Amino acid sequence: MSEMKVVDARNTFCPGPLMELISFMKRAEVGDEMELLSTDDGSANDVPQWIAKVGHELVSNEKIDDVWHIVVKKLK
Amino acid sequence: MKILFVGGGMGGTIVANNVARRLAREVRDGKVEITMLSATDQHWYQPGLLYVAFGKMAMNDIVRDQASLLEPGIRFFVDPVEEFELAQNKVRTKGGVVHDYDMLVIATGCEAVYDEVPGLAEASETPYTREGATRMFKRLRDFEGGKVAVVVGVPHKCPIAPIEITFMLHEFFEKRGIRDKVELKYTYPIARIHNIENIATWAVPEFERMEVDYETFFNMKEVDVENRIVHSEEGTEKEFDLLVAVPPHRGMKVIEENNLGEGGWIPTDRYSLQMEGHDNVYVVGDTSNLPISKTGSTAHFQSEVVGENIASIFRTGSATREYDGKVYCFIEADQDRATNACFNYIDPPEIKAPTKSMHMLKMSYNQWYWSSARGLL
Repeated sequence: MSEMKVVDARNTFCPGPLMELISFMKRAEVGDEMELLSTDDGSANDVPQWIAKVGHELVSNEKIDDVWHIVVKKLK
Repeated sequence: MKILFVGGGMGGTIVANNVARRLAREVRDGKVEITMLSATDQHWYQPGLLYVAFGKMAMNDIVRDQASLLEPGIRFFVDPVEEFELAQNKVRTKGGVVHDYDMLVIATGCEAVYDEVPGLAEASETPYTREGATRMFKRLRDFEGGKVAVVVGVPHKCPIAPIEITFMLHEFFEKRGIRDKVELKYTYPIARIHNIENIATWAVPEFERMEVDYETFFNMKEVDVENRIVHSEEGTEKEFDLLVAVPPHRGMKVIEENNLGEGGWIPTDRYSLQMEGHDNVYVVGDTSNLPISKTGSTAHFQSEVVGENIASIFRTGSATREYDGKVYCFIEADQDRATNACFNYIDPPEIKAPTKSMHMLKMSYNQWYWSSARGLL
């Protein structure tokens, strides 16, 4: 597994955190982990929802000082 | 001082003109040399391709000679860069010429790529390329009815385009008198029909009024060309008789080949617009890895900041402005009404009811663009 990448999507509205994550996931290798940083509360729900639909792994999802830190692992 | 611009699209052109005017005296006196390197001698107004695809503009309306848009003091060469040697402040071109610089602006943009989605190139129409826009108009003109699916790749430039394309498809088929024979289906990669919540909230009732079926969480995986079915990463599928694609995009190959940025996107400071680790390199427009809209207006507003800062650094030794994330998008709502979205890193857009005057403003901007590229607007 390579070093965990951080996708910093704080304080942006377009294309938004999940779209940024999808872009990164496309370029990642199977087994890679990524940490998405988001100030959009919607990310806490729509990112896990998408991860479950596509079949990747949600490693962690927590809010620290108004920023969501969502770690996902590419499984396929 | 040598200022080198790599890329002659909207961003590179506006910054170069901005700097050339601010430092006009110094350029005349030979104290500043401004050079632009581009892959082409043409300059395309890319948003115009959407209108070409729907038969509302002609190709010759949206192209100019690049040299005609540049301030007289700018040295312009059609000779694209192949090698960046940032440690030595040099680039090497395809023609073998080495250009050294004191300040470098990279504005190479991005391009549609089809290799990530098998079957997409063969099966789809798109307004995102010149060849595609021309072909799409012919398909739309000759289409007799059936299932029309709109699919959206990630990332893509002009984030409002998926919704505009859908509105325009509805209007086009209605005007042709075949709307009742068309099943219009819209798909989108995330949980709502547009990434900006306010736009999604506004567009849902518009879609319902137009009887546009929509499916969210739909990321293209592959297209079964023979059976005309597009499959998603999420395990769903859409049948189509006509597939209209917003293709996925990547930064230009030369960026990735020179290890300047993964995916062709250069790591960039979101406020200063300097390339990370290189204070004398600025990145403008689609080329950056910033998580903001890849659109002409982003390049435009960034260009004003970078132009002012380059001139200021020359005169005073320090930059004066920061980019606040400003983006402005017109949104064509139907045949003769439009609205707009304006936002930055802090403030989200508020969508107002579409008006005829906003549509006229957009139509006017399609002509004013050339003044914008010259850095006059």
